[in-house]
Amino acid sequence: MSIKYRKNLLICSGSSCHDASNFDLMDFINVKLKEYGLDDDIQVVQSVCFNKCSIGPNMIVYPDNVEYSTITKSDIDDIIIEHLLNGRIVERLVYNDVNIISGTHKKQYRIALRNCGFIDPEAIEDYIEKDGYDALAKCLTTFTPEEVTQQIIKSGLRGRGGGGFPTGVKWDITSKSVAEQKYVVCNADEGDPGAFMDRSILEGDPHSVIEAMAICGYCIGANKGIVYIRAEYPLAIKRLKIALDQAKEYGLLGSQIFGTDFNFTIDIKYGAGAFVCGEETALIHSMEGLRGEPTLKPPFPSVSGYLKYPTNVNNVETFANIPAIINKGADWFASIGTEKSKGTKVFALAGKINNVGLIEVPMGTTLREVIYDIGGGIVDGKKFKAVQTGGPSGGCLTEKDLDLPIDFDSLTAAGSMMGSGGMIVMDEDDCMVAMAKFYLEFTVEESCGKCVPCRIGNKRLHEMLTKLCDGYGTPEDLDLLRNLSVVVKDTSLCGLGQTSPNPILSTMANFYDEYHAHVVDHKCPSGQCTSFLKYYIDEENCIGCLVCARNCPVNAIFGEKKKLHIINHEICIKCGICMERCKFDAIYIK
Amino acid sequence: MTICENNVAKIEIICKEFNYDKGELINVLHKTQTTFGYLPEEVQQIVAQNLNTSLAHVYGVVSFYSFFTMTPKGKFPINICTGTACYVRGAEKVLNEFKTLLKIKVGETTKDDKFSLSNLRCVGACGLAPVVLVGEKVYGRVTLDGVQKILDDYNES
Ligand SMILES: Cc1cc2nc3c(=O)[nH]c(=O)nc-3n(C[C@H](O)[C@H](O)[C@H](O)COP(=O)(O)O)c2cc1C
Ligand code: FES
Repeated sequence: MSIKYRKNLLICSGSSCHDASNFDLMDFINVKLKEYGLDDDIQVVQSVCFNKCSIGPNMIVYPDNVEYSTITKSDIDDIIIEHLLNGRIVERLVYNDVNIISGTHKKQYRIALRNCGFIDPEAIEDYIEKDGYDALAKCLTTFTPEEVTQQIIKSGLRGRGGGGFPTGVKWDITSKSVAEQKYVVCNADEGDPGAFMDRSILEGDPHSVIEAMAICGYCIGANKGIVYIRAEYPLAIKRLKIALDQAKEYGLLGSQIFGTDFNFTIDIKYGAGAFVCGEETALIHSMEGLRGEPTLKPPFPSVSGYLKYPTNVNNVETFANIPAIINKGADWFASIGTEKSKGTKVFALAGKINNVGLIEVPMGTTLREVIYDIGGGIVDGKKFKAVQTGGPSGGCLTEKDLDLPIDFDSLTAAGSMMGSGGMIVMDEDDCMVAMAKFYLEFTVEESCGKCVPCRIGNKRLHEMLTKLCDGYGTPEDLDLLRNLSVVVKDTSLCGLGQTSPNPILSTMANFYDEYHAHVVDHKCPSGQCTSFLKYYIDEENCIGCLVCARNCPVNAIFGEKKKLHIINHEICIKCGICMERCKFDAIYIK
Repeated sequence: MTICENNVAKIEIICKEFNYDKGELINVLHKTQTTFGYLPEEVQQIVAQNLNTSLAHVYGVVSFYSFFTMTPKGKFPINICTGTACYVRGAEKVLNEFKTLLKIKVGETTKDDKFSLSNLRCVGACGLAPVVLVGEKVYGRVTLDGVQKILDDYNES
């Protein structure tokens, strides 16, 4: 951002906002500014994710610090005439839920996302202005690799990719492996469905990751870095490429960086849609052009990784913390968070919550603060039921856990896990058995098939859950389900199978009554499993419009125009389309 | 699909770009799929020859990764996000509506080759859940009524 301009318009160009606007907002605003002759005066800057994804597209006017949301083409004129020309804020576009806005900012603390939304990710100057590459310069010119590694150890930073392994210790181990070639790998595979932290960091602040990878290379003695990124993230890939080119141009990558004899380059490798490739050994095989199947550890990648050379794998968010630690000191970082989990964590809040988006909070923040103060509570004022953390490997946390301070160890103790930071909020309408089924369906699809417990065990688990949801379950099934879950967990080869039964075990522990209801009372308490229900037509409300009958995919609804319709339960497949379509509330379930 | 010489040459150029390195197989396949739209056996065979590896290896990789497909997609490939955030916000019903309206299952293409239907896990636009992609275009907060409207957008053209 430049002080040359009178005002700067920051446009969120994260994927959510980009997709929400059906037109190219940046171009459109630029054209408009020209029309009004303001283009010398006012600059449009693209920036990333203001954590308001559900009300995008969003814009911030600096230095006034006014945020506009859900902007459409026709609003642009108003913003220009009223705000930019006359200095009057366009109140109707200001997201004015005071409670949510203040909550959003007060409890958050940004380290990994420090620059996201505040700089133009495609301009290296912006990053440099925010002390970018200072940390790398400091490391290369004033510290030995050991000293830097010691600082990372001292900061207490733990891996943000799910495992929570101390980052400094990993670097130390890799630095001690002796080999003529070593690699730094950035894991940007982000497979957890419903999480987008890593994507936002790469889209919003790619240089912080590049800088950190170079620092890591310096510490462990590697001169090659590779980013392994999902092919599903085109915008992140594009921004990363631009950033890499710029860093090269500025001499921040390449040979003799900062006049020292340290050389470092970074390449990109693409994923191709396999969740298991997030696991580090599978990821390495995928980078080698093979099927992404995991292998047994040890040997750990830090000893034998990419092309059998020692390889240090870290997650995007882990890397994004590094420059801040070097710049502000290990003690500063260690002063944030809880005893064993230092710093902050980025979460992707999604599901039945009012404020969907990314948040970054200090470790030790409670779930209640996250869900109610920052997340703005449950959609439509419904009742909170559970929150799933750790994605398909994690578990659910309930009402009783709301005041739990979130960190690596407390979540594990509560039967879930930190995972990579997905947080899916569920309300009273969600059936927990169906939720477990959803996750198992995911695991069955994503299991690489190499080991038997995961390949066959998960399939059987999914079948049992389907049976429960379809209304054919028996009480014996519940014991079987639990036993098999434990076996799969204990005997699978890699982290995928070792954690895939977690959603079952944790929903069984917290919501056993729901499982019980499915097999004993033959009911789904939340009403989501439709096989337990029957659809009926209300005599009073039905006006005989034939809409339901026309839309029924299996022609199960009979009736004549202006006469009461009837549903044939023998034919009905309970898809619920008639109920969605009826404009007169004449269809009910019982 | 029989492969004409022209296409054989195209594949070779791609392989050359990656130095005929079989370690770059996935990158080669990405690029090849972008060119041809899908990866039929014949194409895999030529990739294998160029990278000096077996067809089994190439097929093993193609079939492992969900991003690669061996069947041609429709003119307008429809992808429904069935990631967790979208699931919780009703993606399943949206998917069913597409199936009903198009009369095809997931992984199939309509008879006129116009639409094909598949699902994918999280495009990272969870704030807009449920999300549907048609080609590169993203539709957010899709409702049941919205499904027909989306199809109408493409039926006219
Ligand atoms: C099934 C499975 C999937 C994983 N997916 C990811 C992922 O998407 N992103 C990631 O950074 N780590 C993932 N991991 C963890 C990696 O194996 C590895 O621990 C991590 O990249 C190390 O980096 P960190 O120490 O910075 O967390 C996954 C692990 C398993 C078992
Ligand atoms: S779950 Fe559908 S976009 Fe993330």
